[in-house]
Amino acid sequence: MQKQKDSNTDKKAFSIISGSAGHSLPEVTAKVIFTVCGVLAIVAVAVITIYMILNGMPAVMKVGIKDILFNTVWDPASKTEPSYGILYIILTSITGTFLAVLIGVPIGVLTAVFLAETAPKKLAGIVRPAVELLAGIPSVIYGLIGLMILNPFMYKMEKLIFEGSETHQFTGGSNLLSAVLVLALMILPTVINISESSLRALDPKLKFASLALGASHEQTIFKVLIPAAKSGIATAVVLGVGRAIGEAMAITLVSGSAANFPLPFNSVKFLTTTIVSEMGYAADTHRQMLFTIGLVLFIFIMIVNGVLTAILKKGADGHEA
Amino acid sequence: MKKNIVRALALAGVMTMALGSLTACGGNDAGTKGSDAPSGETPKNTDADAGAELSGTITLSGSTSMEKLATAMAEAFMAEHTGVTVTPEFTGSSAGIEAVTAGTVNIGNSSRSLTDSEKAAGAVENIVAIDGIAVIADKENTVEDLTKEQLTKIYKGEVKNWSELGGPNEAVVVIGRENGSGTRGAFEELLEVEDACKYANELDSTGAVLAKVASTPGAIGYVSLDVLDDSVKAMKLEGVEATADNIKAGKYFLSRPFVMATKGEISEQSELVQAFFDFVKSDAGKKVVAGAGLITVD
Repeated sequence: MQKQKDSNTDKKAFSIISGSAGHSLPEVTAKVIFTVCGVLAIVAVAVITIYMILNGMPAVMKVGIKDILFNTVWDPASKTEPSYGILYIILTSITGTFLAVLIGVPIGVLTAVFLAETAPKKLAGIVRPAVELLAGIPSVIYGLIGLMILNPFMYKMEKLIFEGSETHQFTGGSNLLSAVLVLALMILPTVINISESSLRALDPKLKFASLALGASHEQTIFKVLIPAAKSGIATAVVLGVGRAIGEAMAITLVSGSAANFPLPFNSVKFLTTTIVSEMGYAADTHRQMLFTIGLVLFIFIMIVNGVLTAILKKGADGHEA
Repeated sequence: MKKNIVRALALAGVMTMALGSLTACGGNDAGTKGSDAPSGETPKNTDADAGAELSGTITLSGSTSMEKLATAMAEAFMAEHTGVTVTPEFTGSSAGIEAVTAGTVNIGNSSRSLTDSEKAAGAVENIVAIDGIAVIADKENTVEDLTKEQLTKIYKGEVKNWSELGGPNEAVVVIGRENGSGTRGAFEELLEVEDACKYANELDSTGAVLAKVASTPGAIGYVSLDVLDDSVKAMKLEGVEATADNIKAGKYFLSRPFVMATKGEISEQSELVQAFFDFVKSDAGKKVVAGAGLITVD
């Protein structure tokens, strides 16, 4: 009798679905481990937020928020009269990202339509791995390619356009346009992948109904499928914005890094490239300012993320309704 | 009872697995650190015997431009004489000389020659190294020689085409270093164009400046003299070529002496400070000077 009972309990202890579910030690332990892992991510975000604010605020206190955000002169290492205005740098980041999205998103969405709808199987089999490869290329490689191919080409264009100009400062091809093209290329894989999967996730009845009503394939794509997949495409756009605004390595090689107003053929400085290029030797307030620039960038990313969450929520609600 | 034991075992198993994955990473870290430390310490221990008699503190104060040199020199000297502490501070050339004449520090660093009034106050100029900057252009450029005025105008953005200087009809692409760079600070100071430069490109390394100038027709840039190579053309300034000999002779204007000033001659200093200057002038000291990208003096 005693022996039989023992063997019973042994069996129970080794079974995953033992009788006292949720109270057995292994399960409690597993639960604790999962919770710790989950909390780790929150702790990381909290620590980064606190750290950015703590390190970004001293320069704001010293220089004044108005002289940082609304002043255009960035001359932080001057011994006589340092100036910490980052208006041009902020404008460059906004303009650069906006233009990159403007170029990258239509190409990306149309590529997604091509892959999801019109591509012959063989061709799609070539294009899709190519897009995946594009996503895997390290950003610094994009920068090097831009430096070697784009910049000399841009310099030829610059000479052609501004020949005899008295006011233009020649940049040798390192300009906003180069950076925008590199960024546009870099956000392509993100936009293509997310747009394609949102197009594929659509109910096929939509397409069949449209075709049955006599609409052509093109009309179906532009009037039915793309509007139906708009929340997925919006997500792709926001993620593209996130990637473009946070990119530093690729564009630091092609943008020229002088703080100017963001015109296509001007040499420009982004929020990210300022930090990357000046952290090496910056001291005192200059160094603190770089952390403040980091804080500004951080807030930008927060806003982009907030917008993304709002869109996703709206998309989900739309499906429920 | 048995049930509990089995559960405890299972728990122990889970814990070991979880801990195991953590300690595996930690263990590796400790391993690499452990193996680094002894190899770093061994040479110090052997040197300690040689300089065992010396102990005390040497204080340096002055030029921020000399930070790299002063820190490297202090570290090299302390590695040879473990009993000595060398503390460099960076307050600016004038403040450094003031401190040495006031007797608050042993050595005052200055990245310019001493003025007559400073010498009259008792400061003695000991030049330990010379900082030279070369102005470079792409190899296709036919302009060979620039005056100080022409160079100033180029960097202020007043000269926009090489044809204005008798060169090819090619736009001038003004390339410089990023904010905070020591080379940029020295260049702008020597040319007296602080805060007035209009850069088309601000690159964050010497290599990047060399590469950009080499590949861009009409580009002009500046780099530390020691990194010059054949990919670019070094400009003559006021007819003087950028060579170490010309700089030592004082003919090339884009250069400045790095002075470690003392109050009174070196021979009047304490044994410790004399040992420091002996080290600076030794082969090991010259290696430190060259390592900081500077020109050594005899």
